[in-house]
Amino acid sequence: MTLIEMVPTDADELARRLAAALPSDVDEATLRVVDESSEWLRVRRGTVLPTRSGFDGGAMITVWVDGGFGHAATSDVSDAGLRLAAEAATRWARATSGHTVPVAPPELRRSGIYHSPVTSTWATTDLADRIDLLRARDAEMDLGGDIVDHGASLGRRNVHSVLVSTAGGVIDQTFNFTYPNLHVTAARGGDAQTRTYGAGSFCGQGDAEVLDRFGFHTAAAELAHEALALLDAPNCPTGVMDLVLAPDQMVLQIHESIGHPLELDRILGDERNYAGTSFVTPDMFGTFRYGSDLLNVTFDPTVEGQLASYAFDDDGTPATRQHLIENGILQRPLGGALSQRRADLAGMPLDGVANSRACSWNRPPIDRMANLNVEPGDQSFDDIISSVEHGVFLRTNTSWSIDDSRNKFQFSTEIGQVIRDGELAEIVRNPSYRGISREFWRNLSGVGDASTFAVMGTPNCGKGELNQMIGTGHASPMCRFSDVEVFGADR
Amino acid sequence: MIDPQYFDDLVTTATAGLVGDEILLASLDAEQTDFVRFNQAKVRQAGNVRQSTLGLDLIEGARHTQATVELTGDRETDAGRTAAVIGLLREQRAAVPEDPHLIVNTEPASTTHIGADSLPDHGDAVAAIVDGAGDRDLVGVYTSGPTASGFANSLGQRNWFQTSTFNVDWTFYLRADKAAKAGYAGFEWDDAAFDRSLRDAAGKLDALGRTPIDLAPGEYRSYLTPAALEEIIALLSYGAFGVRSQKTAQSSLLRLVAGEDHLAASVRISEDTAGGIAPNFQEQGFLRPDEVVFVDAGRATDALVSPRSAVEFDLAPNGASTDESPRSLAIAGGDLDADDAIAELGTGLYVGNLWYTNYSDRSACRVTGMTRFATFWVDGGEIVAPVNVMRFDDTLYSLLGSKLEALTSEPEFLFDNSTYERRTPASAKLPGVLVSGMKFTL
Repeated sequence: MTLIEMVPTDADELARRLAAALPSDVDEATLRVVDESSEWLRVRRGTVLPTRSGFDGGAMITVWVDGGFGHAATSDVSDAGLRLAAEAATRWARATSGHTVPVAPPELRRSGIYHSPVTSTWATTDLADRIDLLRARDAEMDLGGDIVDHGASLGRRNVHSVLVSTAGGVIDQTFNFTYPNLHVTAARGGDAQTRTYGAGSFCGQGDAEVLDRFGFHTAAAELAHEALALLDAPNCPTGVMDLVLAPDQMVLQIHESIGHPLELDRILGDERNYAGTSFVTPDMFGTFRYGSDLLNVTFDPTVEGQLASYAFDDDGTPATRQHLIENGILQRPLGGALSQRRADLAGMPLDGVANSRACSWNRPPIDRMANLNVEPGDQSFDDIISSVEHGVFLRTNTSWSIDDSRNKFQFSTEIGQVIRDGELAEIVRNPSYRGISREFWRNLSGVGDASTFAVMGTPNCGKGELNQMIGTGHASPMCRFSDVEVFGADR
Repeated sequence: MIDPQYFDDLVTTATAGLVGDEILLASLDAEQTDFVRFNQAKVRQAGNVRQSTLGLDLIEGARHTQATVELTGDRETDAGRTAAVIGLLREQRAAVPEDPHLIVNTEPASTTHIGADSLPDHGDAVAAIVDGAGDRDLVGVYTSGPTASGFANSLGQRNWFQTSTFNVDWTFYLRADKAAKAGYAGFEWDDAAFDRSLRDAAGKLDALGRTPIDLAPGEYRSYLTPAALEEIIALLSYGAFGVRSQKTAQSSLLRLVAGEDHLAASVRISEDTAGGIAPNFQEQGFLRPDEVVFVDAGRATDALVSPRSAVEFDLAPNGASTDESPRSLAIAGGDLDADDAIAELGTGLYVGNLWYTNYSDRSACRVTGMTRFATFWVDGGEIVAPVNVMRFDDTLYSLLGSKLEALTSEPEFLFDNSTYERRTPASAKLPGVLVSGMKFTL
């Protein structure tokens, strides 16, 4: 996809140009450039939609002066463009001096690199072949009858990010992302049922090998058969029962009811006007029982091929694996260097993680999830199913909602299956469940082993003002929860 | 920021390089935005963003390929980038089949709108916000600056739409999740208007300070402010009003469109381009009519039809973007004076804001979500106390149908404060809604 060099990415040149663009009296400054190319292919109902390529690039300059700081983002990375950006960032830094939340320059002096692992490069597959691949999957879902819509899509992005600082630091990271998806809808009368390929969660870093991780090449027909079967299936039963969640539903359960409430910028109040606050308070770390003893959650940017793996965050902090929740006890928040410093100054010293991330060159970094994973336990799929007397097994998220403090949630999935006396029984449609985060996780009563574990991601997590959409990784085994309020649709 | 002449020149140059019977469509989204983010009335982040994204669609016969490329504002650089991308699109075209749903607007209809730039000085605006907050805990964001949307094609059509707006989207927090949200947006700063919004929000803090009530799940008589209704309508905007989703049974208004169900006779929902702030053209150069009516007298009427859907479903296009989402949605007002809403509610729930709406049952247009910010229990036409957050789960056919009692008479103009990727000129015009019952579950 590399067609145009949208921005220069030679670190020495960038450092020289940053220095040349800055006024002489700034305390510290960073320049982060992002060069991104992308390709989005889609086939729907047998028609190849127009291919869409993308070429994006620009620079973010951040300046610290006298306790204030300012950002300026520009797509003009010429010397003149960078000088204008540096002047604008400096103006904002001076204007905010004395009026900001506590800030400090990152003093970024270290250097490092990262490359996404790629084992099966897209470069050996030409565009016509990629389109043919999608046409074949799309055709496999065209079973006729009540199938009213179907489609296959493939997105890929190559992102090169270079961060340099006036303190001498250089962070150079290159990412390859691949996003495959399938969808098929069956409808009859006033009802429609849709099945997808993991609701977009079967994505990751890497090239064509990402498609093999979840069986993209063989999934289509089964999804179409399931959509048809759901039209004839009974509604999900209503009542309090055991709930078994597949990894492609656990993704959203982790994301919404563990990930967001642990973001330190939310705990510090930054997101209260938009994404929300958190029921978690600083005093809870180290003592609060978030879940049952079976719950172990890691921040792990080192998982090979997961969507949000990296070596450094966008402040240049080295990224390492950390337990956020260990044996059910809350250990540390998702807070980058700035949030940790703010918490410390507020008398709440907390160890955080390297999760200060920006969605692109045109947004400043904020605390984000990266890879947030539930660690596997020791139960097989059969162990978990056979342990349930009365319950449901739910797969593939289709709806999610949670309050602004991340307590009261409700989720729906595309497909359910009744578990009766330890065995999987009939499939059911329109399954939903609701609960309160801490009660739900404390009722975690079974955690699947490595054979049930899947490494996935959420490509579109929204947060921040200015708004930012970013990819987060989630890996999980299948899990069992006891005494959950489950329900179906009205008809 | 890139201006219409620059865009015109860029596309003219690109057109000169076309080969054979090629047709070029070009769209542009540009902004120059200053932003200041606040927490506890202190600056959390401040800065500016300058960006311009060019969209290209290169067509020959029934084959075409598309791309976006970021522009710099430097003529030579941007002309080079545009030529390089067109070369790639030409190369890619050989690999794609004919597109049976391609349609080109071959009748040039050029338009230009450049709104006045009467924006406040950023320093003055920020000072007004900080001073207005006083010792209160203000959190939110101020954005300001021009945005532009453009369209041009090699057939000679040129469209440009530029506005300069500001938006203060903020909340006063009392404690924990007890807060009053407000907004002040427009084209020209008015100190008196901003002061009113500050006072309105501050006035709610007194009531928010009372001991909150926990409501048991159940059905409650409720009044939804325009801002609360917007959260429900925003969910519907993702597909419900588009003909593609309606024809493929994925619209949440499936049963309304099929005539199986209906809303109250007083409900009229439309895409009100004439009354909104969005461009009157879409990214392929098709013009938007002043109005497309989705629901009239409670029954489904028209849908948003993009050029692709027009061919696919043998319909006339009506200026919808490819995503077939409204940009200027409006719900007509009724006969309830907003000042009388709490009195008319009598006893029940005053819902200031909703949050995180999503579907419980898409086919039934059953929506769930949370109350947020200033939501109060009302008794005897008086606010009694704030209510701790509650989850609702109800259908549109109930809230705007069987349980609808009244709509306020003057719909409120709500600027879209979304800034994903960039600021976009969009809005909604919505009334408050009084319902005899709304279902709460948790």
